[in-house]
Amino acid sequence: METAQVAPPRVKPSLSMRLSRLFFRRPSLVLLLLLAPPLLWLGVFYLGSLFVLVIQSFFHVDDFSGLTVRELSLQTYSALFTPANMEIVLRTVVMAVLVTITDALIAFPLAYFIARYAKGRLRSLLYLAVVLPLWSSYLVRVYSWKLILANEGLLNWVFQTLGLGWLRDWLLNLPEIGGPSLSFSYLGMFLVFVYIWLPYMILPINAALERVPHSLIEASGDLGARPGYTFRKIILPLAFPGVVAGSIFTFSLTLGDYIIPTVIGNSSYFIGPAVNTLQGTNGNIPLAAAFTMVPIVIMGVYLTIAKRLGAFDAL
Amino acid sequence: MNSSPAPSTVSTAGTASAVRFRDVCRYFGDVRAVDHVDLDIRDGEFFSMLGPSGSGKTTCLRLIAGFEQPTSGHIELNGEDVTGVPPFQRDVNTVFQDYALFPHMNVGENVGYGLMVRKVPRPERERRVQEMLDLVRLPGLEKRKPSQLSGGQRQRVALARALINHPRVLLLDEPLGALDLKLRQQMQIELKSIQHRVGITFIYVTHDQEEALTMSDRIAVFNHGKVEQIGTPAEIYERPATAFVAGFVGTSNILEGVLAQQVMGKAGTYAIRPEKIHIAPVGAPVPDDSLCVTGTICDVIYLGVNTRYVVALDMGGELVALEQNLSLDSTNALAALGRKVSLLWKREHSRPLQG
Repeated sequence: METAQVAPPRVKPSLSMRLSRLFFRRPSLVLLLLLAPPLLWLGVFYLGSLFVLVIQSFFHVDDFSGLTVRELSLQTYSALFTPANMEIVLRTVVMAVLVTITDALIAFPLAYFIARYAKGRLRSLLYLAVVLPLWSSYLVRVYSWKLILANEGLLNWVFQTLGLGWLRDWLLNLPEIGGPSLSFSYLGMFLVFVYIWLPYMILPINAALERVPHSLIEASGDLGARPGYTFRKIILPLAFPGVVAGSIFTFSLTLGDYIIPTVIGNSSYFIGPAVNTLQGTNGNIPLAAAFTMVPIVIMGVYLTIAKRLGAFDAL
Repeated sequence: MNSSPAPSTVSTAGTASAVRFRDVCRYFGDVRAVDHVDLDIRDGEFFSMLGPSGSGKTTCLRLIAGFEQPTSGHIELNGEDVTGVPPFQRDVNTVFQDYALFPHMNVGENVGYGLMVRKVPRPERERRVQEMLDLVRLPGLEKRKPSQLSGGQRQRVALARALINHPRVLLLDEPLGALDLKLRQQMQIELKSIQHRVGITFIYVTHDQEEALTMSDRIAVFNHGKVEQIGTPAEIYERPATAFVAGFVGTSNILEGVLAQQVMGKAGTYAIRPEKIHIAPVGAPVPDDSLCVTGTICDVIYLGVNTRYVVALDMGGELVALEQNLSLDSTNALAALGRKVSLLWKREHSRPLQG
């Protein structure tokens, strides 16, 4: 009590002051508090459900009773590797590859233009145009495309008006990718996939190109390289991580999508609709889970190859 | 202004011009970045373009490299009009301010890039990369990535990369700006010696007047897109043509108006370097070739090597005098504060300025 008289009066810190002092002294506590919610979310909902999925794929459905047998076995996987199912996988992967390549080819020039040449208002407008479709409902856009592609639809009208009816007929008569109408063909499905995932390709490529300093391009020209050479040796390698990032989106989204193949196309199965049918109508959860493992494994392989190619070196 | 000598009178005695600007302008909208510039840069010289930021020096460099095209006027490289010729067809190379090293290539690939573009076979390429890395004293770093190098090392790599094609002209855009003082001084000497060895015309852009004075054979002082003066470092320093040059290159006392009339005996604007002014006791004899004013020391700034005295003149105005600290230390330097003194300088050291 005596010392209290000698020492200058100490203001008793409020609770919030004491808390901020505690956080100041222990930065790791702040980090923990910040990271706990997202880590819990990821751990429980994401990794947890993924784990359940993997486990489920090792169960199998009893042929006789139709009940799920909760024992670990490879029975479901042997059912997965039948020619009919492998055809579904192959069809989906080919579609995903083609969609990804096409998106990359369309997105690159646009992303390059936005990054290098578009200034001010035009630039904002272009960014808006790229992301605007993402603000509207995915289902609405898919169904609009069904109408656009239908025989009575806009695209047909354009073909007819331009006197290109023969071209449409030729396209529809192509084996495999053709069909009775664009909205019932692989070709139409391909167009819708390319359209719907395009923003996911443009944005990462644009971000990568934005990070390439203009002086590098000038330096290459200064050292005698023509624009084409500069593009191949400087711009493309530096933008490649962006292309890979974009392709991860377009590829995996196409692999897993189940609405577009259901709404548009000739009702032949893709992985997404197959999983949907297996877990719903058929009640074969283990096979649905095993089917879901296919895109995961494919993406794993894809990322490994991309890493080997040095796609992430510049990150 | 004396910035526009007829080009023909400068490039005499058979010395070829490496770069020649003839009435070159470059406007960005309303901004006159380069405004009617005439330049004649001789083959093999170390030429500096000195000026504050926004004075047009970097734009001039970019015009030579071909990254910019003149709004009007002509640029010649080695006697050939290069207006409209793209950078990759010009025999000049650039060391960029940010070095612009390719981050996805290692040092060897960066340095050898110019040779790779020209499809020089690999063995020769590797040999010449070695030579260049030896020249800039970075041997054995071929496999490093630019991100693993220090600022000084990156600067050397950028230099080696620009020199490997043996250009007729090397352009350097404030290459030492990002380095610390010691390293910068070391690189100044090294750049100069490299230039001697390779015999290439160096065109060096800087805002650092000391750097320009240290390295250059000749300097062009830029201001507001125009060339204020071209000359050797000594000419620029000792005989500044304009008040801007007198103030930007080193420091100067400027005498103008009534004060100039009183001190010099005739109207005009005059520059006097502080180190040319001697401080003497009041009443000290004044030599015939000298001028003398009296005043009171009102500020003393001790700078280590020398001391700066600000003297309030009896007739109004101030002059700054710089004296070397030969025997003095900071205490008796400061003791001079408030003392009445005479300031003496030779008449020829007050330089009349234009404008």
